[in-house]
Amino acid sequence: MRVRLRFGKLGKLRWTSHRDLARMWERALRRARLPVVYTGGFSPRPKLSFGLALPTGAESTCEYLDVELDQPDVDVEGLPGLLTPALPAGVDVLVAGGLEERAPSLQQEVTSCQWELEVTGWGPPELERAVGTVLQRSSLTVTRERKGHAVTDDIRPAILHLAVGVPSAAAGEPGPPPAPPAEEGEATPGPAPVLLRAELATQPRGLRPAELLCALGPGLEEVRVRRTHQWIERDGARWEPLPLGATDAPRALERVS
Amino acid sequence: MSSLWPRIEPLLAKVQKPARYIGCEDGAQQPVHSPGTVSWLLVYPDAYEVGLPNQGLQILYEILNERADALAERAYAPWVDMEALMRQRGVPLFSVDTHRPAGAFDMLAFNLSAELVYTNVLNCIDLAGVPVRGAHRDQTHPLVVAGGHCTFNPEPLADFVDLFVIGDGEEVAGEITQVVGQWRSSPRPMPRQAVLRELAHVAGVYVPSMYEVAYDGPRIVSVAPRYPDVPERVEKRTIADLASWPYPKRQLVPLTEVVHDRLNVEIFRGCTRGCRFCQAGMITRPVRERPAEQVRRLVREGLDRTGYDEVSLTSLSSADYSGIDEVVAGIIGDPECSGQVSVSLPSLRVDAFTVGIATEIQKVRRTGLTFAPEAGTWRMRQVINKLISEEDLYGAVDGAFSQGWRRVKLYFLTGLPTETDEDTLGIAELARQCVAVGRRHTRDASVTASVGGLVPKPQTPFQWFGQVPVAEMRRRIGLLRDATRRERGVALRWHDPEATLVEGLASRGDRRVGAVIEDVWRGGGTFQEWSERFDLGLWEQAVAARGLSFDWYVHRHREREEVLPWAHVSAGLHQDFLWHDWQDALAASGVEDCRWTPCYDCGACTGYGLEHVVASPVPPAGGSQGTGQDLSRGGAVPVELLHRRPLEAGV
Ligand code: SF4
Repeated sequence: MRVRLRFGKLGKLRWTSHRDLARMWERALRRARLPVVYTGGFSPRPKLSFGLALPTGAESTCEYLDVELDQPDVDVEGLPGLLTPALPAGVDVLVAGGLEERAPSLQQEVTSCQWELEVTGWGPPELERAVGTVLQRSSLTVTRERKGHAVTDDIRPAILHLAVGVPSAAAGEPGPPPAPPAEEGEATPGPAPVLLRAELATQPRGLRPAELLCALGPGLEEVRVRRTHQWIERDGARWEPLPLGATDAPRALERVS
Repeated sequence: MSSLWPRIEPLLAKVQKPARYIGCEDGAQQPVHSPGTVSWLLVYPDAYEVGLPNQGLQILYEILNERADALAERAYAPWVDMEALMRQRGVPLFSVDTHRPAGAFDMLAFNLSAELVYTNVLNCIDLAGVPVRGAHRDQTHPLVVAGGHCTFNPEPLADFVDLFVIGDGEEVAGEITQVVGQWRSSPRPMPRQAVLRELAHVAGVYVPSMYEVAYDGPRIVSVAPRYPDVPERVEKRTIADLASWPYPKRQLVPLTEVVHDRLNVEIFRGCTRGCRFCQAGMITRPVRERPAEQVRRLVREGLDRTGYDEVSLTSLSSADYSGIDEVVAGIIGDPECSGQVSVSLPSLRVDAFTVGIATEIQKVRRTGLTFAPEAGTWRMRQVINKLISEEDLYGAVDGAFSQGWRRVKLYFLTGLPTETDEDTLGIAELARQCVAVGRRHTRDASVTASVGGLVPKPQTPFQWFGQVPVAEMRRRIGLLRDATRRERGVALRWHDPEATLVEGLASRGDRRVGAVIEDVWRGGGTFQEWSERFDLGLWEQAVAARGLSFDWYVHRHREREEVLPWAHVSAGLHQDFLWHDWQDALAASGVEDCRWTPCYDCGACTGYGLEHVVASPVPPAGGSQGTGQDLSRGGAVPVELLHRRPLEAGV
């Protein structure tokens, strides 16, 4: 049977790459002794399919993994409790759900991602102004790199939503944990970062948060980036591959080192 | 002192592979620092992905953290991009466990497994905010310790390292902790020199500042203790029985890509084959095998805990473990592992038996097999005492190709004592013959011959041999390239001989070479074992500037009477034994593995009251080298051997 897992990637673990994460999952599934289906051939690998890769350095509360299991009657609800202890602290399984045999892949289905970006370099008024300018434009042509090639295209259609944010906790969302208190002789605290909320399309060509910041103007630096939702939108309706229960996410955040 | 993490994290978005700096591995510890605890920072002076799997470091990490009076954290050399940012922002070297500054530890302990990392050692000391020269440090600075194979010639680093641990570190780490603990807690502060003198009394500890070197021109006249209570010679430490040290119990599982990313279980330490070029084999005698049951338990628990699907049974020559076939079969057949686990044996022995095991354990992913005949002719192999007959090799290669392997890799050395062009070209000939053997089974049989240059190492019979110059090594590689160019199925690979020149200097240098290492480091020469960073020019300049010469340290044949720079450090091997073995080498006569034949009294057991510890009393099944069987097949039984000690087996 196929199952879909939603997991978070938070804390220091955000500095691991997408490939690193795939290896962590392979080990975790073996530790949990789940009967994962393997690919055939000379170098068999477990059949895992991850959604859209998260950039190294970004956090997330909405990563997905589809796994094929060689067993018809797996206790799906028990999977988060089984897998989370087998994963490093910072990667927590939040929800699990069964998946139809023929369900399309996450890569095909997901149409947009929601992001929270904490940035420095500009104060809130400058950022407000830049956001307003971008939103007013009907097109925004930039040149960026894709697979080693420079590609020039219009990224404006990919910016579905953009706003300078209220701190996310106030909006009932799991926000970034407060910055650790500065210790004596430690980093001199700079100006407080400003929160930017964005929803960026993933198709036909996805827009990355770092590219968005580039397009807003020079001098913006990301302090913390977090993906909070992946959306599937079809025929006017919009849903998540696996929605979170109301209490899941805060618990996950507590576990982060 | 607190965590540097808030200052480190902003740098991570700007560097390659940021996961090198976060720690968080499964098995990582978060020790609590307190005034009564001696804190060790175990530093691997190379990139994280090379250093993390190091077993020596992981063993000490666990042993020290189990002690009530000690704790240990880890650090790795930051890559050049990270180092530049750290220096720019004033961030010192830090531990990856709690991100604590290196200068806040009592001990900075370096693992030295290769000479080319020496400049990184200096860089790490400096990044820790500690003066690089021992003479400039005071009570507020950590003690700088070094252990690992390179310490069998500690002299090139003598000015930078306060104390060296010679040999196995398991026991001595605790003894050092006790001395340092007393020093730290003594009501009246004792000067640094006093604690170092105290440490010089610990067996296996060498404190270079307690010794005076006298020179006569370039020659060393003597290396003598400055005080009567300091030992004239420092004898290595050896743990008698590996069974008492089942470590690491919780091998670190990295979150990011590293070398040897699998479970590693050490099945024995030491090697008695007596390959004359092999320093590791010479300095780790005698053989101490881990009991089979303990191996099985470490494998089972390790796989369970880590989720790895591959285990490597490590040692200097794993197929020589007595009872290797049962241990391997036990792992493969373990229902717990449900056939998903692959086993790897580093450094395969060259014979059909071993290939059988290799086939057994790699049912899947069967791509290439590696053997190390090391030299191209039987005469040459007798010189280096790697007694593999051509029949053995062709048998192994035949076995490999007939059982489905497609590629065979062969390791060779050039620049060997008495090597002629005929010997060099023997490498091409062996490779060609191996392809021919393979063609019987598969048309696309391919053989890679990988050729490295010999660096004669201290504490081996070749310690007197003058290393072959770079130009001559190049010429020999050229001969091989010409000879293999048109050979279908033979691929030739070779190592840069320039790096072997510097390795030669650092391997057999004396204290004066320390200034060269410092100059190269100051000139920006870090990560010298990375070919893209290696810079021969820096070394040549420094050698010239210091009035030294490569010829003196590297290319010159040494004499029996001369005082070798490392003579006051002992691996237990009698100088007479080494000298006679060197003479045997020149006479192209081999000696057998002393595990299964009578003892030659090299000193490693006899001098320390030790014995080989074997897991099973029977020699490994199908053994060739070392069991006396192949001496009579590949060539005449060496006369030298007979006259030195009667050989009983008339095989
Ligand atoms: S003392 Fe004898 S048995 Fe021990 S390693 Fe040396 S030669 Fe072998």
